[in-house]
Amino acid sequence: MSASNDTPATGGGVAPTPSGAAPRPPDWTRGGAGLVYQVCARCGHAWYFRRAFCPECGAAEARELAAAGRGTVHADTLVHRAPTDEFRALAPYRIVLVDIDEGFRMMGHGEPSLTIGDRVQCGFKPLGDRLLPYFEKEVE
Amino acid sequence: MSYLCGAGLTRYGRHEGRSTLDLMSEAATLALEDAALERKDVDGLLCGYSTTMPHIMLATVFAEHFGLHPSYAHAIQMGGATGFGLVMLAHLLVESGAAQRILVVGGENRMTGQSRDSAIQVLAQTGHPVYEVPLGPTIPAYYGLVASRYMHEFGTDEAGLAELAVLMRRHAAAHPGAQFRDLITVGDVLGSRPIASPLKILDCCPVSDGACAVVVSSKASAAHRVAIRSAAQFHTAQHVSVTPSLTEFGAGRCTRRALDDAGRSLADVELAAIYDSFTITLTILLEEIGLAPRGQAGRLASEGHFGREGAMPLNLHGGLLSYGHCGVAGAMAHLAETHLQMTGRAGERQVPRAGTALLHGDGGVLSSHVSLFLEACA
Repeated sequence: MSASNDTPATGGGVAPTPSGAAPRPPDWTRGGAGLVYQVCARCGHAWYFRRAFCPECGAAEARELAAAGRGTVHADTLVHRAPTDEFRALAPYRIVLVDIDEGFRMMGHGEPSLTIGDRVQCGFKPLGDRLLPYFEKEVE
Repeated sequence: MSYLCGAGLTRYGRHEGRSTLDLMSEAATLALEDAALERKDVDGLLCGYSTTMPHIMLATVFAEHFGLHPSYAHAIQMGGATGFGLVMLAHLLVESGAAQRILVVGGENRMTGQSRDSAIQVLAQTGHPVYEVPLGPTIPAYYGLVASRYMHEFGTDEAGLAELAVLMRRHAAAHPGAQFRDLITVGDVLGSRPIASPLKILDCCPVSDGACAVVVSSKASAAHRVAIRSAAQFHTAQHVSVTPSLTEFGAGRCTRRALDDAGRSLADVELAAIYDSFTITLTILLEEIGLAPRGQAGRLASEGHFGREGAMPLNLHGGLLSYGHCGVAGAMAHLAETHLQMTGRAGERQVPRAGTALLHGDGGVLSSHVSLFLEACA
């Protein structure tokens, strides 16, 4: 494995950090098939947009954790007018905001039939050379 | 105390072949004429940004181009809230004594200066570059998400949203500078092309060319003066993924601060100018501010409440939805119309009572908020 701190696009694996210290869970924003969030070791706050400190209390004690990917749809839209040719090929596509059970909200793509209140599970779909989080109704 | 002493507004729509600086110059010329000032009188210049002419020093570029030598000049960026943010800053600078006669200018050739895809992509960058933009959202998609939740919470339906588009078009029909002046019905809005559900093309403001400028001054004797009584801001979060609530964005807190600072309440407001990038934007702002009960903005619009003869005349030039939206100048058109109304010069659009006005703008996805409270001078 290279010294890159991204997990490989095939996902699933856990890449070492450059320091070789704690392993880093797969993260779709780095090409891996996984959802990563952070938790403050001091105050317990959970958040999604990666940073080195807690946005709630300021403690530089942010731990990266893998989320299971289950949650509830908070908002949804079906995008007909896409911004680029790449997304025009997908249109219309559903974009959702999902409240993930671990305590943060995120944006993802989802099944066209999804609506507010649906229980969902996050998977990953390739688009070009990357993966997008894709929510489907949770199987009971 | 500071005074809004002049305003200049171009028509909005297609200005083929005209640049950001051309349009800004036209509006600045009109504003100086209205304020009875010459270039040499201007000691402060505030600008926003132009997506077709990105520059790290737009105010100095415009000062050189237009022929100004201000002792204070720079640009600020607050998305759609920029126009009112500039006026708030001008108000504070005049009150502090840093400048006496400040020209505030916004404008760009957003419609003809770039492709439609380019405009949509540039604006979508208000989203998060790692966690949102790679998913292919657009500004209407961010607002579509907000709309879905808001409608779920308060029972607003698509016809209720459409009423606000119909109202803005009716108002625009009376303004020769508006981009769209043909009357529309609720059925037209509901049947228009889907963009990002529940928003259709007629729920969305257009992309326009145009410019607007105003003069903020310390001079209490200017002919066309309106007092800027107070101004306030509030900022919740930039990104729709992390904004804590899709029903409380901070607009209510912001306007309450402005009204408190002026020693007034909503009951004292005679005229409203509220940001309307989409029908859902206007719905949420009206209802969060308290100018309509939750879930009732569309009904009030259909009953004439926000019309020229209504209890709370709103966006009498047609708003962003029908007058047009060219970026920084978009909301400044609300201010130019308010200035005309409060100085009794709005012609066939003139309302009988325009002694006070509340203006509110937002930038991003209801991310940043600016409120202004104005009072007419006897």
